[in-house]
Amino acid sequence: MSPVRERCAVLERRRVGEYHSLTLAAPRIAEAARAGQFVHLQVPGDRSLPLRRPFSIRQVEHPGSVEVVFDVVGAGTSALAGLRPYDMVDALGPLGRPFEPPEVPASCLLVGGGYGAAPLFFLATELRARRCQLHFVLGAATAGRLLDPMDAERLGHGLTVTTDDGSAGHRGLVTDPLGGLLATAGAERVYACGPMPMLAAVSRLAAAAGVPCQVAVEEQMACGTGICFSCVVPVGPGETRMARSCLEGPVFDGTAIAWAELGYPDLEAVR
Amino acid sequence: MTAEGFGEPEGGAPKNRDLSVDLCGVRLRTPVLAASGCFGFGRELAGWVDLAALGGIVTKSVSLEPRRGRPTPRTAETPSGMLNAIGLQNPGVEAFCAGDLRFLAEAGATVVVSLVGRTPGEFGRLAARLDGEPGVALVELNLSCPNVEHRGEVFATDPAAAAEVVRAVKAATSTPVLAKLTADVTDLVAVARAVVDAGADGLTLINTLLGMAVDVGRRRPRLAAVTGGLSGPAIRPVAVRCVWQVAQALPGVPIVGTGGIVTADDAAEFLLVGATAVAVGTANFINPRAVVEVAEGLERYLEAAGAAAPAELPALFKAER
Repeated sequence: MSPVRERCAVLERRRVGEYHSLTLAAPRIAEAARAGQFVHLQVPGDRSLPLRRPFSIRQVEHPGSVEVVFDVVGAGTSALAGLRPYDMVDALGPLGRPFEPPEVPASCLLVGGGYGAAPLFFLATELRARRCQLHFVLGAATAGRLLDPMDAERLGHGLTVTTDDGSAGHRGLVTDPLGGLLATAGAERVYACGPMPMLAAVSRLAAAAGVPCQVAVEEQMACGTGICFSCVVPVGPGETRMARSCLEGPVFDGTAIAWAELGYPDLEAVR
Repeated sequence: MTAEGFGEPEGGAPKNRDLSVDLCGVRLRTPVLAASGCFGFGRELAGWVDLAALGGIVTKSVSLEPRRGRPTPRTAETPSGMLNAIGLQNPGVEAFCAGDLRFLAEAGATVVVSLVGRTPGEFGRLAARLDGEPGVALVELNLSCPNVEHRGEVFATDPAAAAEVVRAVKAATSTPVLAKLTADVTDLVAVARAVVDAGADGLTLINTLLGMAVDVGRRRPRLAAVTGGLSGPAIRPVAVRCVWQVAQALPGVPIVGTGGIVTADDAAEFLLVGATAVAVGTANFINPRAVVEVAEGLERYLEAAGAAAPAELPALFKAER
């Protein structure tokens, strides 16, 4: 189904740890959306910030609302964090290629870094409906930057948490426990989203274990509709080409991305 | 109702005024085109707009061989605009003709193919390859992309170099030729006169302005390519000034005005000072229906101004305050 432009009322804005969550009344987008897709939001009120901001859909509630989670990193996200209920936001969506669920019930590892874990919760809802076994692996710099481990506990059948500083779960990177989980949890699918170095490492660990892995990338984006060619990533196999992550992604097969071209020459280099 | 924000729709039902214009002997359904580099190769937005209803689509620039473009980040938002250093990523002319161009022709779109080359000879070979291809209404020569390896590839910074490219193209094609120029020169009129004397049928004014932005936290450029082209409303006054200057100096030369057009009023600025048509660029990134909505708004503007057609607008403009 084609994406649409929808003017959405803010239903709720709340804090999630150190992040912000925005729930929008977006019935047409919500009806069409699948996990891994994103909405492209205009910053209301400030004409000096012309570009939209892309956000993975964290969850869809029926009927008709879409939730996104973000960190305040600049003037645009700061303005979005200041929205109040019934303020209006202009959205395009759902955009991009979603995660492909397995065709038969499978055991799945859902690996997320920071607020980048957002689409895993939508994905978990879809995978549960397909009677998949779900194990979440959530990592972040600190406990406050973990996204919704409680929700992961509720949606999944298992949860592993890591923080860089050890303030919650295992001290270390989200990829540290992954090798063991791939070996022992009988994982048949890996789904990951978060920073690019993390995705590079997850993709390689999954490939080494022979487990199919899909990753949702985050590249600097302008249009979200395929016309500006900003958000490209090199994809193979063989001689690579620059694929637009807004059209062919943001979800890619982990083995399709030429991680070495992006500056992650081998597994050790990304850890 | 006037437009509120960047890319807000103009609102209200369009009237049935004839918006068509003649651009270098080609009839455009409206004077509003999609600008090169800001509408992909056209088919990307087929789900958002009726491609055949647009004034025209200027494609992303096409080169003889495929180009991968620059590393990322390729874009950065700046006050009321953005910088880009895409680096002319395109599949090459053969893949373009077999894929996107065929699609656009079958969709009934009015297609202006933007050409980019490293030498006048490359431009000429591109023009020859496209001569007679179904669906090509005009070609536009990208003489002014700032995102190239060598400043010497920005032909439009030198009147003689720009004219040489135009001559090579005119010798290779019977399709009308637009020369797209840059405002990053001391004497734009001299460049415009040189390309018109060399045979250019019309001009596109202006390309992005060369710019740079710095991430002060990381103490690095915000673009991987360091510098890039500035577009969006931030450059509109520069673009309007360029159209005005060239239209005054070279009356009768068709001009496509482009630079920061978001609303119908923005487009009217260009038409009033002498542009035959306009091209909407960065606004497409925010509103995929921007080209359509600017044309609809222009219809209402013409009615309010008492003009029967876009071509009447320059006569209504009074240069003295």
